[in-house]
Amino acid sequence: MYVAVKGGERAIANAHALLAEKRRGDTGVPAIGIDQIDGQLALAVDRVMTEGSLCDRKLAALAIKQARGDLIEAIFLVRAYRTTLPRFGFSEPLDTGAMQVRRRISATYKDLPGGQVLGPTFDYTHRLIDFALAADGGGDAVTPAATAPPDDSERMVRVTDIIAAEDLIEANPAPQDSQPVGDLTRDPLGFPAGRDLRLQNLARGDEGFLLALGYSTQRGYGRNHPFVGEIRMGEVEVELFVEDLGFAVPLGDITVTECQMVNQFKGSLTEPPRFTRGYGLGFGHCERKAMSMALVDRALRADEFDEERKGPAQDEEFVLSHSDNVQATGFVEHLKLPHYVDFQAEIAMLRQMRAEVAARLSGQHQAEAAE
Amino acid sequence: MNSVIGLSSGVGKAGHMDEQDLSQDRRATLAILARGTETELAAPLARHWPDLAVRDLKRPEIGLVMVRGRMGGDGAAFNLGEATVTRAVVELASGRRGHGQMLGRNPRLARMAAIADALWQDAAERPLVERDILAPIRARLARAATQTRAETAATRVDFFTLVRGEG
Repeated sequence: MYVAVKGGERAIANAHALLAEKRRGDTGVPAIGIDQIDGQLALAVDRVMTEGSLCDRKLAALAIKQARGDLIEAIFLVRAYRTTLPRFGFSEPLDTGAMQVRRRISATYKDLPGGQVLGPTFDYTHRLIDFALAADGGGDAVTPAATAPPDDSERMVRVTDIIAAEDLIEANPAPQDSQPVGDLTRDPLGFPAGRDLRLQNLARGDEGFLLALGYSTQRGYGRNHPFVGEIRMGEVEVELFVEDLGFAVPLGDITVTECQMVNQFKGSLTEPPRFTRGYGLGFGHCERKAMSMALVDRALRADEFDEERKGPAQDEEFVLSHSDNVQATGFVEHLKLPHYVDFQAEIAMLRQMRAEVAARLSGQHQAEAAE
Repeated sequence: MNSVIGLSSGVGKAGHMDEQDLSQDRRATLAILARGTETELAAPLARHWPDLAVRDLKRPEIGLVMVRGRMGGDGAAFNLGEATVTRAVVELASGRRGHGQMLGRNPRLARMAAIADALWQDAAERPLVERDILAPIRARLARAATQTRAETAATRVDFFTLVRGEG
């Protein structure tokens, strides 16, 4: 148990000043700007937005700078900031079908209406360090990206809609917009949790944790035979219903990544077998996260499909209670705060136990000697 | 962005709008204003309406909107995460009220958008708002969208399935 301590003010103030100096680094090198972090470390910004559960590029970039690149620290800062702001309301649900698509791939169909576009991807790169980027002014000049006339003849319908048109995949839970939607930021998480709460939890959950859990399902701890039906990334419009105006007002665009995982089938005596779904969605370009989220979403639906819960990824309470890296870091890192009183009690107990053992042993020796 | 660029400005219909059309056109106007930059709003407002009397009904305020997604893209809603939003409401001497609201944290921008919205509602001012505020923003958005689509199209991929030899 942590017990409050007093004192150390000067040391703490000096440590923070030292931190600020170390954060700045070599003053002979220009300080990094928020715009540079936003533009050139864009995927770090995306991760902080997704796991900080707050879509604001400039804020996430600032948090990364303040945290010296420690992304979990940056996520913590963003989460703390959001508690200082009033909530204006809820957006209309995003329409990812109307996305201005910058990347869209499918592992299930080669040919799709609207085609597959790779967009800006690390896929198919050789993962060789590019020393040209380290040269003086390296990467300052870039060749303009190639362009081609877009083919607007076909809409990029969701791949899952194509499968659904043949009734080969389960229907999504119907929109019931009159029903309240669970919100973890307002009500504590209880079990069993609805899929709405699970998805919110996974959306803000730690990428590494969900990646490992998703991976575990592939290795047999809750296997559910996933295919990437589709990954799409691009811009969608956010709309807010404004009471005074009486209609939903567009607020601008945000970038999101969506993963539709198509998993092996489930049927029943009355229903023909159909593919089942796992869903992932996050702010920015966060493909690994969206895929992991979709795998874990599907794994957590075990009860719906009468699957035995054998793997950690299928254990709702385990997954949802440990996915949040701000909670996790808080509890793990609090161990380094003063526990002096607690530890003194443990030492006293240990000494007493040792004294009892010593007394017992010497008693035995005396008894043996007497025999 | 498609939805914004695709919508007509509605200027040609001025004077013959019923309420439904008007709110549709105002919605499209607000969609453009939400995407404006500080220069795109500040410069024309200063040029054409330098001495505008503006009363703040709701001073610019930064807050959060919980962004929702849908399970599987089209199913039941869930809360994805929040976004920062700034909003403002102004009233002009004419009594027209303007609403400004947009993603991000820029009080000046939200207030200017609200002023532009109020001006747009005045049939006499609307052509100028359309020409010097909305049209340039719309054109920039269209250019950016065209560029993005062309860059994306260049990464369109055709995979070939290699057929395994029989026997």
